[in-house]
Amino acid sequence: MDFLILNEGFRTLSALLVLPLAGAIVLLISSSVTFARLWTLLITTIIAALSLPLYWGFDVSTARYQFGEHLAWIPSLNINYTLGLDGISLLLVLLTTLLMPICVLASWKYIKTRVREFMVCLLILETSMLGVFIALDFVLFYILWEAMLIPMYLLIAIWGGPRKVYAATKFFLYTLAGSVLLLVAIIALYIKTGSWSIPLMMGQEYSTLFQTLVFLAFFLAFAIKVPMFPFHTWLPAAHVEAPTVGSVILASILLKMGTYGFLRFCLPITPAATLTFMPYILGLSVAGILYGGFTALAQSDMKKLIAYSSVGHMGFVTLGIFVLNTQGVEGALLQMINHGVTTGALFLCVGLIYERTHSRELDAAEGIGKFMPIYITFLAFFSMSSLAFPGTNSFIGEFLILAGGFSQSKIVAGCAIPGAVLAAAYMLRMLQRITWGAKSNPHPEILSDLNLREVFTLAPLLVFVFWIGLRPEPFLSVMHTSVAHLLEQVHQATPHLMTAANLLP
Amino acid sequence: MVIESAKPLIALLAPVAGALLVMLSRKTPNLRETWSFLASAFMFGVIVSMVPNVLGGATLHYTLFNLLPHLSISLRADAFSMVFALVASFLWMVAVFYSMGYMRGLAEHAQTRFNAAFALALFGAIGVAFADNFLTLYLFYEVVSVVTYPLVAHHQDTEGYESGKKYILYLTTTAKGLVLPAMILIYVLTGSLDFANNVSTGILPAGLNHTLVTVLYIFCLLGFAKNGIMPLHHWLPSAMVAPTPVSALLHAVAVVKVGVFSTTRVMLYVFGVNTMDALNLGIPTAYFVSFTVIVASVIALSKDNLKARLAYSTISQLSYIILGVALLTPSGIQGGLVHIANHAFSKITLFFCAGAIYVACRKKDISEMSGLGRSMPFTFAAFAIASLSMIGAPPVAGFVTKWYLLLGALQAHQIGIIVVLLGSTLLNVAYFAPVTFKAFFGKRPAGEDAAGIHEAPLAMVIPLMLTALISVLLGIYPDFIMQFVKAVTG
Repeated sequence: MDFLILNEGFRTLSALLVLPLAGAIVLLISSSVTFARLWTLLITTIIAALSLPLYWGFDVSTARYQFGEHLAWIPSLNINYTLGLDGISLLLVLLTTLLMPICVLASWKYIKTRVREFMVCLLILETSMLGVFIALDFVLFYILWEAMLIPMYLLIAIWGGPRKVYAATKFFLYTLAGSVLLLVAIIALYIKTGSWSIPLMMGQEYSTLFQTLVFLAFFLAFAIKVPMFPFHTWLPAAHVEAPTVGSVILASILLKMGTYGFLRFCLPITPAATLTFMPYILGLSVAGILYGGFTALAQSDMKKLIAYSSVGHMGFVTLGIFVLNTQGVEGALLQMINHGVTTGALFLCVGLIYERTHSRELDAAEGIGKFMPIYITFLAFFSMSSLAFPGTNSFIGEFLILAGGFSQSKIVAGCAIPGAVLAAAYMLRMLQRITWGAKSNPHPEILSDLNLREVFTLAPLLVFVFWIGLRPEPFLSVMHTSVAHLLEQVHQATPHLMTAANLLP
Repeated sequence: MVIESAKPLIALLAPVAGALLVMLSRKTPNLRETWSFLASAFMFGVIVSMVPNVLGGATLHYTLFNLLPHLSISLRADAFSMVFALVASFLWMVAVFYSMGYMRGLAEHAQTRFNAAFALALFGAIGVAFADNFLTLYLFYEVVSVVTYPLVAHHQDTEGYESGKKYILYLTTTAKGLVLPAMILIYVLTGSLDFANNVSTGILPAGLNHTLVTVLYIFCLLGFAKNGIMPLHHWLPSAMVAPTPVSALLHAVAVVKVGVFSTTRVMLYVFGVNTMDALNLGIPTAYFVSFTVIVASVIALSKDNLKARLAYSTISQLSYIILGVALLTPSGIQGGLVHIANHAFSKITLFFCAGAIYVACRKKDISEMSGLGRSMPFTFAAFAIASLSMIGAPPVAGFVTKWYLLLGALQAHQIGIIVVLLGSTLLNVAYFAPVTFKAFFGKRPAGEDAAGIHEAPLAMVIPLMLTALISVLLGIYPDFIMQFVKAVTG
């Protein structure tokens, strides 16, 4: 257990898991719609407040898992209830907890039917998402990983758009297909090591064949989740049909679980296979960056546009992870947070238009700049962030990823550059049409500018856009030690393979 | 000597405050224009207050944000930045008056947006001038691209949108596609993006792969497409659909000078004269931009629309600046840099005249301007003076440039460059002289009569007279700008 620093006193991590569930149960006893909204807002806000001390209390000097909790769960099978937090998961946990109150605020008016059930889904989703990031026991992890699918399925299938059942089923089947292989890999690892503990599975001497098979199983599960090209086709469908908040959670948090999986499992557990497959994954990442960019440029549906831009942005994240150097991985981690902030905000922005015009088409949103100046100001800053304008959060992430990329291989990083150009093209195209448009908007009478509640959903995200963009150090400092430790794990296992990787052009 | 001072930051924030105040006072046009003017005057004042320190050999420095190790957003005011900052901030003051006359004279729409974006464009330009490192330079370079889009597409008609699209497409694609990777690679190679403190050493460590450095250099030269080097110049002529004050200040001073300033800043302070000499990058660059100098002049000859002719003239003249610096001799660099100022004053005069003619009689084509000189003597006199400067005739400012450029070419033993400079001078005469000549000595076209045509409003005529006068003063007393330029080359 030397990987875990046990928590003395208040068990914050358990509280993060239990509170949303308890909140959901309370919701079941009351049928008042207003109570459901207020109660969920209260619960998510309390959780957000509870999670902040995790940042202040976090010890940046150690790569061990902190705030740890360890209880025997099913001793006969050696299954434990182990929780812990390191520099890789800390920011993702905070992103989740801080985003949830915003999601509740954003669905205040948007969700009109079955409000109580909606809020229950959100709370269950919060438990399972947080659990995925802090579980250190594979069984616990897997249960929560799968549990997450159900509320997400319901969010899309009940409160979604016209083709909601199709989209929800596609989402469910894709993710489930990957998860099945994940389960196989987990059981294989258990048979080898006799333990379900994730940290104990790292640094073991597995045979090359075993590593390869486990890696491929992991990879498929996580690549679908990210989603990496060519496993991305479920994403646009799900985003388009999902309610606004569904899209926000999907883009901001669920997609990160794929890349989190790469960092937590693929790299440290199967380092040799990681190095072997690295060039191919870099190739897929670049393909995703370019494919996402070109496809986004051709969309007339704003949600699809942002969905495809996510494919491109997540391509940058996987590129950063698999260049396997400090800048690349830290950039990727930061870009995961950035994408959560920025793309979440962009989906909120699209939702705000949808609530007014009941359309996601760019044509219907043309020329609203004249009527909604506050809205446009927000949209402009978030678009700039999405295209990695210097001074915003995504610039730092992309800069680090590309710097890491260039140190690993000039060709690979060079191939990703057109993706950065495309990002400018599709975001500026969207911004130009929404702000000005070729003609004036056909329905100016329904275009009321943002009210205070709506401003409150966007403003915190804007703060983070510039905070991370101009002072990234507080965000990077928590990951330095953990990332260094992670890369050590990758490189120590297989020094000879690293020289092979250096032969990349 | 480096002095930590917030003055560059104060100068930088003046136009932002101006833009905010302009937006707040959109209901009262007079107050709005007052804010514009006060912001510009304040900014100019702050920049002038830095002159004694800089001339004393000091560099003013201010760090805003530390992003990553050895990577910050920080400002510096040195002799090199002062050349551009002084010119841009002074001409902003003049342009505020001029654009008030122009926009009101034509009763243009969205004047508040126009004025706010105008101020923000100056924010970007001054940010570029005061950038202390490559990243800060890139940041403000991109700011200029984005905030000038509403100015180019101001009319919001099909032509405006098409030009705006072309404008933003050329400028962001080159910046993100070429400058960004070059910048990141330089950071990877050197671990820092801070500019050197002299023009010789650059920041690249010795022993880098020559091909790689050459590629990085080419990326920077072409990536800053605001410098108008062919073949990436097409955005500039199409941006001329913008209202004339935009063409005047932005496309003769702020935007295009941001391009050449960035290019030369990176040539001298990132690569450095020594590296460029060692890798033989200078002279090929000089010949490469010579193509632009000559071809753009030839195209200018073929244009009857006055603003189009001026646009191609700008493309040609901008390459003078890069040509001079690329010669890598002290006189060449001085000639190139002093042209940032000389070209600014003369070219803004020419655009001011074009706008004044349009406001006075709605004429855009040179062929329709015959005989107008007698109705608008002040405007065309200013035009004539500024043309002489473009041609490089003494005693107007452009002569100083030509003198140093020729000297630089001689020092570099480049007969070819001398031929280019002389050839382009003849072409300048060929496309500028007929305009003035016809205006004063030509006849009005059949069926039209000069009666009723008189000078544009004073808010326009006084600025253009002033800039023409300064063009002459810079020719007679070149030392004011030359002292900065000489401090650059040391």
